[in-house]
Amino acid sequence: MRFAVIRFPGSNCDQDAYYAVKDLLKRHVEYVWHEDRSLKGFDCVILPGGFSYGDYLRTGAIARFSPIMEAVVNHAERGRFVLGICNGFQVLCEAHLLPGALVRNAGLKFACRHVNLRVENASTPWTNAAEKGKALRIPIAHGEGSYVADEDTLDELNAGGRVLFRYCDENGRDSPESNPNGSVQNIAGIANKGFNVLGMMPHPERACERILGSSDGKFILESVTRALVPA
Amino acid sequence: MPDVKVYVTLKASLLDAQGRVVQNALNNLGYSDVDDVRIGKLIELTIEGDGAAVDKKVREMCDRLLANPVIEDYRFEVTP
Repeated sequence: MRFAVIRFPGSNCDQDAYYAVKDLLKRHVEYVWHEDRSLKGFDCVILPGGFSYGDYLRTGAIARFSPIMEAVVNHAERGRFVLGICNGFQVLCEAHLLPGALVRNAGLKFACRHVNLRVENASTPWTNAAEKGKALRIPIAHGEGSYVADEDTLDELNAGGRVLFRYCDENGRDSPESNPNGSVQNIAGIANKGFNVLGMMPHPERACERILGSSDGKFILESVTRALVPA
Repeated sequence: MPDVKVYVTLKASLLDAQGRVVQNALNNLGYSDVDDVRIGKLIELTIEGDGAAVDKKVREMCDRLLANPVIEDYRFEVTP
């Protein structure tokens, strides 16, 4: 099983993702430069957090046209796994691999802290190691993470079980107080129709060992590993 | 060469968090009659060509890159 971590100019969570996969998940992982054009041989591609192209114009707007993105779209269309974390989620929305968009946090502040995420659907390749309804403790670090989408898109996401994570309190209840950025319906992470593409604002790769305050992020990486190599 | 001004604004249905903060600041400065502020972007560019061909090309650039139709509206002016 081979993981790729894409590096755009301005990516800054690439090493965290690489470390989490290599040292904690103990799986093969390679960096792929944004000017490369092939993802041949990789099973799961991670678009890491950061500020690709300085977030110029809009978050993810320029990165979406990087040469590697054609291969990412192709990889996704063939049903292979793509995980977009934070800026990676923004890039996936701009690339139309996921619906909706991420806009400036409602409070305008850059939000950098641990939050709780309720697992909404545990029957997906990204959540099969977690428990439905359980709250995962995972950090966020973003200024533009407020998820927006029109009513039809939200209905479609909800009906299809494609909202995988919602911001909630430590008991798993979602409320305006537990929403760190004003995301519509407390949405923190969504999947595409085929469930092979996941975008999420929180950083599971920064929460894979107890010394970092939480190891709950490992559920997500372990889930996709299980999906790739069934027990 | 025509000059083009592209105005990109957040859709009216979305909360413009920046606009709201600026509105509060204006209200605090005594401009209590200001009751809506929206902040957008102005993109200026020059382009070769003229007439309908320029309009078509600018619209295409807006749809593909300059604006995100999910969250933004755009309009533009061309000065020959």
